Amino acid sequence: MKRYLAIRVAVMPLLLLGIASIVFIVSRLTPANPLVSIVGERNLTNPTIVAAAKARWGLDQSIPVQYAKYMKNLLHGDLGTSFTTRRPVLSDLWDRLPATLELTTAALCIGVLFGVGLGVLAARHRNTLIDHVARFFALLGSSLPAFWAGLLVLYIFYSRLGWLPGPGRLDPRATEPGRITGFFTVDTLLHGDLKSFKAALLHLILPASVLGWGVVGIVSRLVRASLLDEFSMEYIKVARAMGLRERTIVNTHALRNALLPTITIVAFTFAFLLTGAVLTEKIFSWPGVGNYAVEASRKLDFPAIIGVTILGGVAFLVTNLIADVIYAIADPRIRLS
Amino acid sequence: MTVAGRQRNDEPILHVEDLRVTFRTAAGPAPAVRGVSFDVYPGEALAIVGESGSGKSVTMLAILGLLSGASVTGSARFRGTELIGLEPSRLREIRGANVSMIFQDPMTSLNPVLSIGRQLTMVMRAHQPDLSRSGARARAVELLDRVAISQAARRCDSYPHELSGGMRQRVMIAMAISNDPEVLIADEPTTALDVTVQAQMMELLADLRRDHQLALVLITHDLGVVAGATDRIAVMYAGKVVEYGSVEALFADPGHPYTRGLLECLPRLDIRHEVQASIAGVPATPMSLPPGCPFSPRCKYAQPSCSEAEPVLAPHGQTLVACSVLTGVAGSR
Ligand SMILES: Nc1ncnc2c1ncn2[C@@H]1O[C@H](COP(=O)(O)OP(=O)(O)OP(=O)(O)O)[C@@H](O)[C@H]1O
Ligand SMILES: [Mg+2]
Repeated sequence: MKRYLAIRVAVMPLLLLGIASIVFIVSRLTPANPLVSIVGERNLTNPTIVAAAKARWGLDQSIPVQYAKYMKNLLHGDLGTSFTTRRPVLSDLWDRLPATLELTTAALCIGVLFGVGLGVLAARHRNTLIDHVARFFALLGSSLPAFWAGLLVLYIFYSRLGWLPGPGRLDPRATEPGRITGFFTVDTLLHGDLKSFKAALLHLILPASVLGWGVVGIVSRLVRASLLDEFSMEYIKVARAMGLRERTIVNTHALRNALLPTITIVAFTFAFLLTGAVLTEKIFSWPGVGNYAVEASRKLDFPAIIGVTILGGVAFLVTNLIADVIYAIADPRIRLS
Repeated sequence: MTVAGRQRNDEPILHVEDLRVTFRTAAGPAPAVRGVSFDVYPGEALAIVGESGSGKSVTMLAILGLLSGASVTGSARFRGTELIGLEPSRLREIRGANVSMIFQDPMTSLNPVLSIGRQLTMVMRAHQPDLSRSGARARAVELLDRVAISQAARRCDSYPHELSGGMRQRVMIAMAISNDPEVLIADEPTTALDVTVQAQMMELLADLRRDHQLALVLITHDLGVVAGATDRIAVMYAGKVVEYGSVEALFADPGHPYTRGLLECLPRLDIRHEVQASIAGVPATPMSLPPGCPFSPRCKYAQPSCSEAEPVLAPHGQTLVACSVLTGVAGSR
């Protein structure tokens, strides 16, 4: 197992280089012209400005040369400079990642907690009203477009009821806590600022719930299905014959096994949300990677696009690795082989 | 009384009478058990034999309330307590504590992701809430030792996939006896095991019976296993007991043609077999019960009257036999 993990880690950089290459080549093959957003539409006809911009951003060189340069920089941890923010892409990502990570982590916690709960409930009461309601709720979560759900909850809980704050990570005039982890809920606590902590937490609830609702949909259906699979297993019959309580049978015997396939799905969802929470970040003005990605693709900001893609790749590889480790810990049959 | 080879006056610990189980299936009701009665006395061993599908497992599962999607009628009393229709929480208290059951396939009977010790302690703590974790663990090691698992303390932390089939069945037995039950139901406990391990397992069960005054209900379709291990036999066919008696009587003078057929199927050391003998024809199933005696289509001695009424158990020689040709007792329509 250790050996296997070591190999996995060793292969990661190679995979990332592969991903970077593909994105780079695809981006250069698109017929769109990034110069439009670099110099502005009006200046496109001005040959001096265009030539200067091309030279500034290295677009005057042949694609193989551009590629070689990009790869060389990448190996030094340099993702290039954004056309639009004119800052290193890495710094841009570094600034935005914590917001997204915080949102995604919160969404995942909500999603897994409620997803597992709902799945267990649905499985224990299968084909009853409870099951049907759970199915409907799950379906809603995974099929409602995030902007629709986002607007809906903002309207209800912010505009109408006033229970929760509106978009943003903090109130508009509040100052951000000094960055330690970049997670506002953590940093405010570390600074001992309970008022800001409360504000950060309250701001997190709505976007995290909207995002988590989709996760609830996925997780609850999966848990229900795998629990039902487990219920038909012989060891469940044995546990009943030994007089175990139904609660113990579900929570300790069946759920243990049923959660195994969930680990992988949750890992995938997490990686996906890291770059894919675009709509939710937009609606809630969340200054995260999703928002950055939208801007980058609107402006054909190639370095930023490639940067976000590589981040997504890293997220997938790392979360998958973590999932495998957790899987191995949870399943003794794998742990010992 | 001398019913079915018993001459004792003590009360049966398990008294089953006219037990009927009908499954609701898409193709209509399937009567898998059709009026089974038997008694188990304290410390005694009863064998239930019969071909596959005769309703042996379903009978036992029904007694313990482990069937879903079936209607169960009749009576099964444990020490006077009626189990059929007993509320689930009371039934749960009896299962595993007073009446335990182990199953055929030790490979799938244990949870793959929990350690042996954990699974053992869970069973104990389900019935002995006051038992401390460490107390339960000490007892688990003791039990593993009792069922002859070497290095019991170390094995306690093992996972099922690290154990052989025989060891897993021993763990199952340890679990089943962990709350000192009075009745152990063993549903084909050796079928999935190697022949050498089978013998060890039967020996272990015999030891436990002696040491713990355990009554044993041994389900099997192998009459060979029965001879040395049990006191009485109930032979089942198509959801009914067709012959019931002491082991000696039944082996010496089998009545029912089906029982004789089963005995002829036994490999015998004094006869060289080219092919393993078996009873001709296919067993009756709940969905295709022939009229009258369910065995009559396969019976060498069948008469026209056999397909008219279903025979009932009646004395014949030393045993009770459900065969109107032999007993002369008319059946019920
Ligand atoms: N859940 C169920 N639904 C419908 N029919 C069932 C169900 N369980 C068992 N049966 C039927 O009941 C009959 C008796 O089954 P049972 O498992 O008791 O047989 P058995 O004597 O234990 O046989 P074996 O030696 O194969 O274990 C069979 O015909 C079987 O098809
Ligand atoms: Mg069976």
